[in-house]
Formats: sequence, C-alpha cells, structure tokens
Amino acid sequence: MGKLKNKLVAVPYYIWAVVFIVVPLLMIAYSAFTNEDGAFTFQNILQIGIYGNVLLRSLLYALIATVCCLLLGYLLAYCMAQQSERGKNILMILLMLPMWINFVLRTQAMQDILDLIQSWMEAAGISLRISNTGFAIVLGLIYNYLPFMVLPIFTSLEKLDKRVIEAAEDLGANRMQVFRKVILPLTMPGIGSGVIMVFVPTISTFVISEKLGGAKYNLIGNVIQEQFLTVYNPNVGAAISLVMLLIMLFILIIFSFLDDETKEGLL
Amino acid sequence: MKKWFQRSYMGLVFLFLYLPIAYLVLFSFNSGKSKVIFSGFTLKNYADLFTDQQIMQALLNTLIIAGISSIVSTIIGTMAAMGIQRLRKWQRNAVMNVTYIPVLNPDIITGISMMLFFSALGISLGFGTVLLAHITFNIPYVILAVMPKLRQVDYSAYEAAEDLGASPALAFRKALLPQIMPGVISGFLMALTLSVDDFVVTFFLRGVEVETLATVIYTTTKTRISLSMNALCGVMVVVVLIILILANLPQKQQKPKKEERI
Repeated sequence: MGKLKNKLVAVPYYIWAVVFIVVPLLMIAYSAFTNEDGAFTFQNILQIGIYGNVLLRSLLYALIATVCCLLLGYLLAYCMAQQSERGKNILMILLMLPMWINFVLRTQAMQDILDLIQSWMEAAGISLRISNTGFAIVLGLIYNYLPFMVLPIFTSLEKLDKRVIEAAEDLGANRMQVFRKVILPLTMPGIGSGVIMVFVPTISTFVISEKLGGAKYNLIGNVIQEQFLTVYNPNVGAAISLVMLLIMLFILIIFSFLDDETKEGLL
Repeated sequence: MKKWFQRSYMGLVFLFLYLPIAYLVLFSFNSGKSKVIFSGFTLKNYADLFTDQQIMQALLNTLIIAGISSIVSTIIGTMAAMGIQRLRKWQRNAVMNVTYIPVLNPDIITGISMMLFFSALGISLGFGTVLLAHITFNIPYVILAVMPKLRQVDYSAYEAAEDLGASPALAFRKALLPQIMPGVISGFLMALTLSVDDFVVTFFLRGVEVETLATVIYTTTKTRISLSMNALCGVMVVVVLIILILANLPQKQQKPKKEERI
C-alpha cells in the first residue's frame, strides 16, 4: 500500500513532462516536415542548404570557444585546486559572482570595451579591426562560458584521491607522466560535463553574436530567432532547429562515453 | 607549478572575467551621458533606476515568476524524485532521459518548442506561458538535486513512523523530509537562480507585453544608451555579493558539528 502511493507521487511530473517537454519537442519535428497548411513537405529541410555556411561558422566558433575554454579553464581549475581551503572558497565566490550578473548586460559591456579599444587603436594608427568581428564573438563566448568549464573540472580535481598521485610519484613517474596517466584520465568526467556545458550554449547563442558581431556574422541561433520572430517562417525555423538538435545528440553520444560515473539515464 | 605562475595566471583570468563588470559599475557613477568619457561622480543613475516605472515593473515580474516557478517546481520535482526512486531500472532510465532534455537542450530549442506548442493550441503568449516554461525547465534541476539525497535516506525511520500509526503525509513530513531537506533546498535555489537569470526562454514566450529584467536589459541596450543599466549592474553586484557571503558563512560553522556526530 505504502509503496504504491510512493510511486504515484511522481504522476504529476510525468504528465507535466509529456505535455511540456515531449510534445513540444515533437512539435519541432512536425513543423519541420509540414508547410503552413499542415501538409507534409520536404521543402523546409531543403531550404537549410542556404544556411550551410552559417551552420559551418556556428560549428567553427563553438569549437574554437570550447577548446579555448578547455585549455584556459583546465589550467585555472588546476591552479585553484592547489590553493588553501580558504583560498578555494574565495576563488569559488569570485568565479560564480559574474555568472549571477545578467549575461546580456555583461555582453553589452564587452562590446563597449571592444569599441573603446578600437577607437584607441584607430587613434594610434593601427588598422586592425577587433570590434564587430568573428574574433569579438569568440572572445565573448569564451568570456561568458569559461566558468561553466572551470566548475566541473575543479569539482573532479577536488574529488581526486591525492594518494593516487603520491603513489604514481613514488613509483617513479615524472610530473608530465603523473598528469597524463593519472590526473587527466581521472578528471575526464569533469572535462566531459564542461565541454557539454560550454558547447551547447555556444553553438546555439544568438544574443552574443548579435551584440558582438555587429549583425554581420550571423550564427545559427540568429537564423532560428529571425525565422520565428521577424521573418515569421516557423516551419523553416523548426527545420534548422532539428538540425541543431541532431548535432547536439551527436556530441552527447560522444561525450556520454567519457562520463563513466554511474549516472542514471543520459542515453 | 610555481606559485608565482599560478598567482599571475589566476590574476589574469579573473581580470578578464571582471573587466566588463568593473567597467559597468565605474560608469554607473558617471554624471555625463557617455559610456566612454567619465565626467564626474554622481548617484543620479541609481535614483533614475529606482524611479524607472518600466524597470521596476520588470523587476516585480522577474521576482513573481522566479518565486512561483521555483516553489511549484520544487514541489513537483521533489514528489517526482520520490516516485522515480521506486521505479524499475529501465523505467527509471526512460524517465531520467526525458528529465535530462531541458537540462541539455539549448535554451533556444526549449523556447521555440514551447512557442510552437502554445501557438498550435491557440494559446496567446504572455505571463502564463512564461511561467509554465520556467516551471518546465526548473523541475529537472530539482529532481537532479533531490535524487542523490533520496538514495542515502534511511527508510527505517519512515517505516517505523508508519507502523506507529502516522499517516503517510505525517511520516513523510517528520521522518523523510528532514533527511532530504538539503537536496530540496539546493534544488529550490538552483531553480530560483535559473529563473531570475533566464533571458532566452522568456524572450520567445513573453508575447508582446510581459517584460522581465533580462528582456528589459536586452531591449534597452539595443535601442539607447542608458546608464541606469549600469546602475542595475551595480545593484546586482552588491546583492549577489551579500547572498554569496551569507551562503558561505553557515557552512563553515556547521562542518565541525557534523564531524562530531559521526
């Protein structure tokens, strides 16, 4: 009797999940394969070809930003893990504080700073463009999502059993070997979650590219946003979203192999 | 690695992370109208911020949406976690895969999928749809926060309470809830944070008239130069700093107690 009741408490969530998670996702697939009148068509999918270079650019920017975040973030997490307990606490607060300030506001500030630097460079006679470029977008992506890479890696570094490192050193491994053979494999789950937490929002952003790219370097997120809110062609928007979902699924499958912790679900 | 290298590397990264915020806060005290030239110190921008009708309404909306959505999602999510815990393994896997969808999906996909859903049903976008969407993306985080605590629960106290004649509700409140409370609280705080911070989902589901802080920031920074946005950043920094410091204080005092008990 008690057990049956316990199972039933989740029913409101099951209904909620079906109505507001599963059905809306199926709506994307449905819209992608129908036209305005609801008739079946491949027209929307075929139109994606026009956005081929936008898709490639999004992938490229997301990959560069993710790799930079991984390199910068791993080193930062490693340095943070070496500090005293008190130091770690303070550094964690420092790392999390910017995440709580609205990202649209911070991205606008980044744009203002780049504009300022640009005007200084022009005054100094340097003709290099930095504001409103692809470089500015990637910089903005790294700036916004670096903490999301640092947090999971720092957590997995903290969980690492220090005795394993000592054992490796005692057995004659040099520092590079200890890192490659012990620390890196043991922090793979953290790297996996960090990469997903950076890659997913970077490939789908539209705010950062809009603010920092000066409307010249559209990403796939901008195209989706336009299709839904300005051009108003939700069927094409849904088709592009479907492609984005497939890319995401592909990345998730790759990285679910990295995360060997006993998680439930997750493919 | 050498200490000086660690220190200077961390210093550089944190400089990068804080430069835009420092810039925003500095110019929030600017008496001129420019974001480039600092003409003198003033608190006028802060006064403007608190008298701006649109921003204050947006702040109210943000707090109402975040409050309701995090309370509702904490209740539904905690109940869900308890039920999921009792499922067979394959059922649990299936449910958890669905639960991970809003966590792993890009915001823009969550936003447009619900937008398509509501427009197919003929529901006009507005406050209600924003609230439903926020509850939807909050529930999974609550479930993920409560589940690990449920796994560590000692059910004998709960069973004893039931055997002694307590109703399931009373047994839950007295014997189970206290054990999972840390997970429930962290799930609630996570939901609150995500809801306050959300821009993208709200942007697609707000319709024409509903504004939250995030959408006001987006439209204001797009159309005009306004230093009240800088002042808003200054206020945020102070609020967040206070919350983070308060949140970190009690942990330190509790730690020794826990060790004693073990």
